[in-house]
Amino acid sequence: MKNVDVLVIGAGAAGMAAALAAAEQGAKVLLVEREDRAGGILNQCIHNGFGLHYFKRELTGPEYAEIFREKLERSGIDTCVEKFVLEVDVKKREVIVVSKKGIEKIHPKSLILATGARERPFGSLLIPGDRPSGIYTAGVVQRLINIENRLPGKRALILGSGDIGLIMARRLTLEGMEVVGVVERLPYPGGLLRNVVQCLEDFDIPLFLSSTVVEVRGKERLEEVVVASVDEKYNPIPGTERIFKVDTLVLSVGLIPQVELVSDFVEIDRSSKGFAVSNTGQTSVSWIFAAGNSTVIYDLVDYVTYEGEIAGRSAVRYIDGKDVGRARVNVEAGENIGILFPKWFDPLEDLTMYIRVRKPIEKGILIVEGVLERKIENLVPSEMIRIKIPKSRINASEKLKVFIKEE
Amino acid sequence: MKSREVVCVLCPLGCKIRIELDEEGNILSVSGNRCPRGKKYAEDEIKDPKRVVTTSVKVLNGELPLASVKTDGPIPKKYIFELMKILKDVKVKAPVNIGDVVVRNIFKTNVNVVITRSVGEKTSGN
Repeated sequence: MKNVDVLVIGAGAAGMAAALAAAEQGAKVLLVEREDRAGGILNQCIHNGFGLHYFKRELTGPEYAEIFREKLERSGIDTCVEKFVLEVDVKKREVIVVSKKGIEKIHPKSLILATGARERPFGSLLIPGDRPSGIYTAGVVQRLINIENRLPGKRALILGSGDIGLIMARRLTLEGMEVVGVVERLPYPGGLLRNVVQCLEDFDIPLFLSSTVVEVRGKERLEEVVVASVDEKYNPIPGTERIFKVDTLVLSVGLIPQVELVSDFVEIDRSSKGFAVSNTGQTSVSWIFAAGNSTVIYDLVDYVTYEGEIAGRSAVRYIDGKDVGRARVNVEAGENIGILFPKWFDPLEDLTMYIRVRKPIEKGILIVEGVLERKIENLVPSEMIRIKIPKSRINASEKLKVFIKEE
Repeated sequence: MKSREVVCVLCPLGCKIRIELDEEGNILSVSGNRCPRGKKYAEDEIKDPKRVVTTSVKVLNGELPLASVKTDGPIPKKYIFELMKILKDVKVKAPVNIGDVVVRNIFKTNVNVVITRSVGEKTSGN
């Protein structure tokens, strides 16, 4: 048995930031990671565009991760890799971890969940046809190419135009695969415009909007993918089918926060499907905090780092008995809001909100009732808005309502 | 007078930048950029589009088979596939560290290809 102040599960961007922030407050911190090195998904994101907010310069994923790994080494934080959490016993405040050395019980005063997200798998899409090899999620392909030095196939189609899908289209092309196109169900691309330009247009890769995969065929290896146009309700339109002869189908169809470990007793947010937390990172269980993609899927790792730091700091403040979570109020999503983070406002911290609109909005006013009104333009669900409101400006005794009025 | 619109790829904001050109293709004005880097980007898009390239090189005797690399500045787009061809045959010996130069002054552009992932030596027994 081991006693620590703060146990952090997951050494990705959120977990590393949380562990460092907690240690800075003087806490004894244990950081547990299932992979063989800290860094999380950053390790395989070798493209650039990270760190513009947090470091004010542009970094690749591995560079961003390495800065934090070095900080961890200097911090004296006990970082355990190749360790997997089996169970969290909420009543005993006990966490059971397993590694090559065996099973260990840890008793933390506070727990921070930084478990990230998983990719939506092929099985959940219910696409008819055969079940051959050659169908991958984008993150798996990214790992094969960028970490393991393996190519998944020769000719690929990509389903889903989120940023990961777009970035993998470019990556596969650079490594010598032929990418015949990116298929997107929505009438607009899911990823950032800059990625449509630098990942698709630069390489003449076609983007098929309002289209989806309706069948996959292949005996052992994938041979054909059937794509059809869809109507406004995303139903395939008969007669529009066309066949792509590819041996590889790459899925970039969304991320799902990884919450299974404790979802029996920690409240899950209905819109984000991640842990419901307050602006301190505190979950519905007072001693358990969460940060990063396990709470809401972020656009930028910089935001994940900020929220990780808040959770780390707040976990220590909680241990010290300083009122974390005693006076929090609901933050409620209204009209036109798709995703809203956080779930509760705790007046101990400033309120940083992350919002995704429910549908594209050309012009509107974002309203935080009684606190703030802000004009917005050209918003799409794939772009997250971040709004910071000082705690002194919020006088909320009941609830904070957030909505967007279209103009 | 002609005009062109380009999307800046330098940061996630993705500014839509409008460039006015005269009949000979000379740039008259640039608008819509929210920072000075965007102006330079838009001018390059007209004259000679440039991109930062990120990829990997093989590592000999490393704890990982690959080290990721990037060009430490943008290079002309037309060189991207040639760069990939060159880097396909590049092998570095572990250990390598972030910032180590793999290829200096590539295509005489004053841009270097540098390591973005530190890779240590393979430990025995593996």
